[in-house]
Amino acid sequence: MKRLFTTAAAFVLMAGAAQAEGKLSVYHWFEYIPQELVDKFEAETGIEVTIDTYDSNESMLASLKAGKMGQYDVAVPADFMVKIMGDEGMLDTFTPEEMTNLGNIAPQWLDVPFDPGRKSSIPYQWGSTSFSVNRDVYPGDISSLSIIFNPPEELKGKINVLDSQNEVLILGSLYLGIPQCSTDREQLKALNDMLLAAKPSWASFGSDTSKEVLVSGDAAAGMIYNGFSAKARAEGANVEYSYPKEGHVLWMDNMVLLKDAPNRENAIKFMNFLLVPENAAAVTNYAAYSSGVTGVEPFLDDAIKNSPENNPPAGITPGVFAQACDAETQKFYDAIWTNLKK
Amino acid sequence: MIGVFLLIPVLLMAVYSFLTKEFRGGVIWDFTLAAYDQFFFNRGLFGDEPPVIEWTYISIFWRSIWQAALATVACLLVGFPTAWFIATRPPSQRSVWLFLITIPYWVNLLIRTVSLKFLIRDNGPLNEFLMGLGVITDPLPLVNTNLAVQLGLFYSYLPFMVLPIYAAVERYNFALSEAAADLYAPRWTILREVVLPVVKPGVVAGCLLVFVPSLGAFLAPDLLGGAKTYMIGSLIDEQFKGSQGNWPFGAAVAVVLMTLVLIALFLQARAAAKGARE
Repeated sequence: MKRLFTTAAAFVLMAGAAQAEGKLSVYHWFEYIPQELVDKFEAETGIEVTIDTYDSNESMLASLKAGKMGQYDVAVPADFMVKIMGDEGMLDTFTPEEMTNLGNIAPQWLDVPFDPGRKSSIPYQWGSTSFSVNRDVYPGDISSLSIIFNPPEELKGKINVLDSQNEVLILGSLYLGIPQCSTDREQLKALNDMLLAAKPSWASFGSDTSKEVLVSGDAAAGMIYNGFSAKARAEGANVEYSYPKEGHVLWMDNMVLLKDAPNRENAIKFMNFLLVPENAAAVTNYAAYSSGVTGVEPFLDDAIKNSPENNPPAGITPGVFAQACDAETQKFYDAIWTNLKK
Repeated sequence: MIGVFLLIPVLLMAVYSFLTKEFRGGVIWDFTLAAYDQFFFNRGLFGDEPPVIEWTYISIFWRSIWQAALATVACLLVGFPTAWFIATRPPSQRSVWLFLITIPYWVNLLIRTVSLKFLIRDNGPLNEFLMGLGVITDPLPLVNTNLAVQLGLFYSYLPFMVLPIYAAVERYNFALSEAAADLYAPRWTILREVVLPVVKPGVVAGCLLVFVPSLGAFLAPDLLGGAKTYMIGSLIDEQFKGSQGNWPFGAAVAVVLMTLVLIALFLQARAAAKGARE
């Protein structure tokens, strides 16, 4: 009996060791990587990839902090979250010698404020957040954020806003011309009052449902990400994505190397793999955003390459990245958000 | 043993509610009442006004309790006759009826809730059917209303009402009703004086099983109600998974909720014990 037990234990240990050599554990957004690309990586390298998903930057941070560090090799935080995770010491660094495809990164995305010199992260996809309008319901002018915050009669009660504090409060600030992370009382009060006044015109809050409500007709206008809006259009909704005159939110999702990654070497291999133009293009063709890699154009579907959502007209107001406010300032924004949803 | 594993998370939660919030999730091991202060006192948007009673969270609790109570009443009104009907079928048919009741619940709750949204939306089958009949000319605005949330809760938890009542009614000796009828008791009196005292434990269990999970539900309020206002469940969720990352406050809300539920259960148990003595 004892021998049987030791044999079994040995088997378990061996199996564990054999798997540890060829594994990669990815913590990723839902619906953000095509399965074919994962299959391709597994076929090329023999590494077995497991993917767990999350639905917001904050929930990813929360579960990593709650004890999942050391379990995953890579994650895909947005720009401001890369900065936060870096400041919290949750990221490992790589050298340019390790990341052999670092040169494929488009020049404007190489030296970014949230990760100067790209020491812990590589671009995954980037895009923008503003709003889309169903043109069958409202054919008028949609060049202002007032569509969301002070909507015309036709759209009242038919608006979905993202269920995300960051995006709602930044777009609201842009609408009022207030800087991000403001500590000015008048400005914060104005933002608070404006949002409370706008809320009765909104039908719902939802982020992962933001595309579906436009396609189904539950909402006639809604805050949305540009790629999501392109997908809504592809699914038959007559929606137009706006680049409002007050500005829009820019974001970049980045794959980061996590501290205490159990399969660090395989993680580097995967990141290099994603920097190959053909593979970066595969993600873009799936997610309908833009990659931060040069040379992807020949591999892109025409519909994605030429989509109005990815090609803003000349002369629009440039977008802004979200800033990570400090703890004291963030309290005010948390209070405004709670006021809005209470 | 099971008790230990039940107690550890609850104690952990209680401890966390007294710790200091770490910016963006996590806790610092310094004892503070800040979470409970935030729950009960309002110091204005900038935190420097004299404290007044904070109604925000109390009204969120009140809203959730009210919703849960309505859902419980709706489930009872439909669940009791259903359970009665099943329990009075011949024994060979009962398992088939019970089977039918449980079939929809083999499907994930999220999927069922989304399906319900598909059914009741402005251009969904229900509205198209009613408009086709000419009963209404404009679609009934159901999605993103409290009524939709009610419907979602009712649909989610109905079997939790039917099954315990069924179990109680099944054990009921119908000769008692007949005896009462022979003694010229009207039907209403039979129900109130003979049937209800016997099946009451099943009804109480059913009500608790519907009320308690309804209180913490956030799928139905988020998907069917449009997530415009917090419920207790979504308020707690936001503290852990949302951008606020305020774990002690989330834990404190959960502790307050649990305390309320325990008080209610305690009062109910005491009333039951008193009823048994009489």
